[in-house]
Amino acid sequence: MARTRRTRSAALAAGLAFALTALTGCGAADMTRQASPYADAGGSRTVTLSVQSWVGAQANVAVAQYLLEHELDYRVDTVQIDEVPAWDALSQGRVDAILEDWGHPEQEKRYIDDKGTIARGGDLGVTGHIGWFVPTYFAEEHPDVTDWKNLDKYAAEFRTAESGGKGQLLDGSPSYVTNDKALVKNLDLDYQVVFAGSEAAQITQIRQFAKEKKPFLSYWYKPQWLFEKVPMTEVELPAYEKGCDTDPQKVACAYPHTPLQKFLNARFADGGGDAAAFLKKFRWTTEMQNDVALMIAEEKLSPQEAAARWVERNEATWRSWLPS
Amino acid sequence: MTTTLTPAPPSPATTATPPTDHRPGALRTLAHHRGRLIGVCAALALVLGCVFLGAGNWPASLSADVSGPLERTSDWIVDNRDGHPLFLYFFGHVSNIVVVSVRAVYLVLLALGWAGVTAAAALLAWRVAGVRLALTSAAAFAVCGLLGMWVPTMQTLALMVVAVAASVLLGGLLGLAAGLSDRMHRILRPVLDTMQVLPAFAYLLPVVLVFGIGVPAAVLATVVYAAPPMARLTALGLRDADAGVVEAATSLGATGRQRLLTARLPLARKELLLGVNQSIMMALGMAVIASVIGAGGLGDRVYQALASVDVGAALAAGVPIVLLAIVLDRVTAAAGERIGEAPADRSGLRWAVAALVTVAVAAGTRLLDRLAWPDAWTVDIAGPVNKTVDWMTAHLYSGVPLVGGTADWAGHFTTWVLNPLRDGLQWLPWWSVLLTVGVLALLIGTWRTAATAVLAMAAIGVLGVWDPALDTLSQVLAAVAVTLLLGIALGVAAARSTRLGRVLRPALDVFQTMPQFVYLIPVVALFGVGRAPAAAAAVVYALPAVVRITAQGVRAVDPGALESARSLGATGRQQLLQVQLPLARPALLLAVNQGVVLVLAVVVIGGLVGGGALGYDAVFGLAQGDLATGLVAGAAIVCLGLVLDRVTQPTGRRNPAGKGA
Repeated sequence: MARTRRTRSAALAAGLAFALTALTGCGAADMTRQASPYADAGGSRTVTLSVQSWVGAQANVAVAQYLLEHELDYRVDTVQIDEVPAWDALSQGRVDAILEDWGHPEQEKRYIDDKGTIARGGDLGVTGHIGWFVPTYFAEEHPDVTDWKNLDKYAAEFRTAESGGKGQLLDGSPSYVTNDKALVKNLDLDYQVVFAGSEAAQITQIRQFAKEKKPFLSYWYKPQWLFEKVPMTEVELPAYEKGCDTDPQKVACAYPHTPLQKFLNARFADGGGDAAAFLKKFRWTTEMQNDVALMIAEEKLSPQEAAARWVERNEATWRSWLPS
Repeated sequence: MTTTLTPAPPSPATTATPPTDHRPGALRTLAHHRGRLIGVCAALALVLGCVFLGAGNWPASLSADVSGPLERTSDWIVDNRDGHPLFLYFFGHVSNIVVVSVRAVYLVLLALGWAGVTAAAALLAWRVAGVRLALTSAAAFAVCGLLGMWVPTMQTLALMVVAVAASVLLGGLLGLAAGLSDRMHRILRPVLDTMQVLPAFAYLLPVVLVFGIGVPAAVLATVVYAAPPMARLTALGLRDADAGVVEAATSLGATGRQRLLTARLPLARKELLLGVNQSIMMALGMAVIASVIGAGGLGDRVYQALASVDVGAALAAGVPIVLLAIVLDRVTAAAGERIGEAPADRSGLRWAVAALVTVAVAAGTRLLDRLAWPDAWTVDIAGPVNKTVDWMTAHLYSGVPLVGGTADWAGHFTTWVLNPLRDGLQWLPWWSVLLTVGVLALLIGTWRTAATAVLAMAAIGVLGVWDPALDTLSQVLAAVAVTLLLGIALGVAAARSTRLGRVLRPALDVFQTMPQFVYLIPVVALFGVGRAPAAAAAVVYALPAVVRITAQGVRAVDPGALESARSLGATGRQQLLQVQLPLARPALLLAVNQGVVLVLAVVVIGGLVGGGALGYDAVFGLAQGDLATGLVAGAAIVCLGLVLDRVTQPTGRRNPAGKGA
C-alpha cells in the first residue's frame, strides 16, 4: 500500500513537472512586452502614462491625455503608482512615460546609464522645491519663526498629542523625498517628525489646523495647489549648497530647487511616433499647472474636465507642443 | 444566520470535540495543578531574568541584519528580469496566462453590454437563489452604472473572476491534499496561518519586483490572499465526511478514488461552497489594495480619488465594491443552503430559458448599438457626500459644547491610553515580554502554542524591529479593547432585539466590505493625524465581525437554560450576566480572537494616517521599492499576528492534530 502510494506521488510529480515544461517550453515570454488586458481591442494606438499621488502630477497627465486623445487620436491609459515603482514600471514598458520626477539619482544611474531602458524626456518647465512651512497667519504674528534658529522657541506651540513633549514637524507620504529626521537631529532641534503616512492625510490635517487658525510646522512642497487655500510661509533652513545632501545621515542644509524632469521608456522614445514627440515637447509653467490642479482638487472637476477647460483657454501654448 | 462577510473566517477548528484525557496518573495530577505550576515557573524565571539578563530593550547582539541579502536579492531580480531563463520561460508565461484570461473575461463582459451583464446576473441569481435575489442583483448592477462606474466595475469583475477561479483551484488542491493526508495537513496548517496573517502590503512588493506593475501582479497577490479559506474549508469538509457513509462505500469495494469522488467530495459540498464564498469575499477585499500596484478598475478609482482628497468620488467607487460583495455573498450562500434539495421539475428548461433571455438581451442591445452604459443615466453623489463630510468635520472636530470635539477625544485617547501603553511595553525588559507571552499562551493553549508564540515574539527582536513592533502592539491592544467594548455591547443588544439585529445587518455588511481607503480621509478629518485615527479605522473594520459573532453566540444559548432561569424569577439583567454570557463564552472568546486578527489587518492602513511603526514601514517599503524595510516590517506584523492569535486562540487548538483544521 505504502509502496503504491509512493509510486503514485512520484508519477504525480513527474506529471506536474511535465505539465510545467509543456506550459513554459513553448518559447520565451518577454516580461518587457505585456500590455494591460484592458487596453483597447479596436487596434487603436495606446499610450500609458504613470500618475503620482499628488495633484500636480495629475494635472500634467490630464492635459497630456486630453491632447493625445483629442488632437493626436491616441487612446491613453493611466496607472497610479508611487515614484520608485514607477521607474521600475517604466523600464519594463508597463508605462510609457513619467511626466514629473523630483530626482532619483540611484534610479537614473541604474536604468538610464547602465541598462539603457529609460530615456530622458527633458524639462517639464516647472521647478519644484521642498521645504518646511508654517501658516502665513502664524508667520505674520511671529515673524522670527521663519528662521530655523528660532524654531525651538516655538516648539511648545507646535506640540500635539502625537509629538510627545516636543514640537511636531508634520511629514507626509512615505514615497516622498525627505531628510527631515536627519535635519532635526543634525540641527539639534526640539522637534519630533510625525509621518502622516499619505498626502491625503497630511492635506486633511493641514486644512483642519488652518480652519482653527492653529500654528503648525509642516514638510511641504511647491508647486502645490494647497497654497491657494492655506497660505504658507517657508522657514529658512541653512542654505543649500551643491553636495551638502549627499550623505543622508549628515544632511544639515535646505532642500534644493529641482527643475522637474520627464522620462520615457527607451523603446517608446525611439518608436513612439507622434506621442513620444509630443511628450518630449510638453513644457509649461508652474502657474499653468496650478491652474489645472486647483480645478481638480478644489472645484472637484474630473481631471478630464479640468484639462478640457485649460486647453480651451491656452491654445497658443499647446499648439507648439504638437508635432508639425 | 447565513454566512457572514467575515474576511478572515473564524478558523473552523472551533467545531472540534472536547479533548479527552488519556494521560497516565502522574501526568494527570500535574495537569491538574497546571496553573499553579506555570505560576511557580514564571516567578522563578522572573527572578533569574532580573539577576542574569537585566532590564532593557532587545540586545543588539541578538539581532540579525537581513537588509544586505534582501537588497542583493532585489537588485538581482531587477538586473535579470528581462533576460534570465527563469523569467523568460516561467514567470513570463504565468504573467501572460493571467493577462490573456483577464482580457478574455473582460471582452466577454463588454460584448454582453450593460443590459446583457445585468440580465445575466439577474437570471443567474434567479436560478440559484430565487426571485428576490434576482431583483437585488439587477438593482446592484444598475447602481454601478448609475454611479458612472460601469467600465471600472467590469474591469474589477473580470479580475475577480480570474483571481477567484485561480484561488478556488489552488485552494481546492491544497485542501484536497490536506484532507487526504495527515502529514500534508500538519505541514500546510502553519503555511495557511501565515498566508492569512500576512499583511497584503508586505507581499505586494516582492510580487511587483517579479511581475512588474499591473494586472498579473495584482491577480497573484489576490490569490495568495484568497486561497487559504478555500484550502481550509476543503480540508475540513473532507475530514468531516460522515464516517459511516465512507465505511459503507469501502465495504462495497470502492477504491480510494471512487470513495473520494462518490462519497467524500459530495458530502463536503457545503464546505466547498462556503470556501468559494469566502474566497470571493477575500478577493474583493483585496481589490482596492491591489490598485496600489496598478490593478485598475474600481480600486484604482478609489485610490485616485484619495489623491485629490475627494471622499465623494472615493465613495462612488467604493459602493460598487460593496454591492458586488453583497450580491456575490448572498447568491453563493443561498446556493449553499439549497444543496441537497431535490432539483425542481423542469429545472433544465428554466436554465435554458435564462440562457436564451441573456443572449437575446445582449443581442438586442448590440443591434441598437447601446453596449456602453448611457452617459445621461448617471447620478453624481460626490458633491453631496463631500458637503456632508465637510459639515461633519467642521462641526464635530472641535468645540462641541460639553463633550468636546473629536480632535479632543483623539488627543485624550493618545495621551491617556496609547502613550502609557506604548511606553510601558517598551519599558519592559525584553525577556519579560517573552515570558509574559509564553505564560499567556500556556494558560489558554498548549506547550506547542506557547512555543510558537514565544518564538514569533523572539523573531521580532532578531529582525531588529523590537521597538516599532511594541508600538504597533500597543495600538492593536488599545483598538481591540475599544472594539470589544462596543462590539460586545452591540452584539448583545442585537441578540436580544430582533429589530435592532435587522437594522444592524446591512450596516455591518457595508462596514465590513467598504474598502478601508474610503474612510481614510474621514478618520483624519475627525481625529487628526496620528495613532488615534489609525485605531479608529481599525475599530470600524473589526467591529462588524465582533458584533456578529457575539450576537450569534448569545442567540444560540440553549433556550431551556434561559427558560429555567426565567421561571426561577431571574431579571433580564441576571439572565444576561448569569446565563447568556457565561454560556456564550466560546463565542465571546472567538470574538476576541477575530477582533485581534482583524485589527491587526488594518495596521498598514493605520500607517497611511499617521499610525507610524510597522504599518508605516510596510507602506514605506512599497513606496520606495525598499525590499529590506518593507519585508522586515511585513514579517514582524506576521509574527505579531501569530503571537496574538496563539495567545487568544481558545481550546480549539488543543485537540490532537487529526481532527479539525
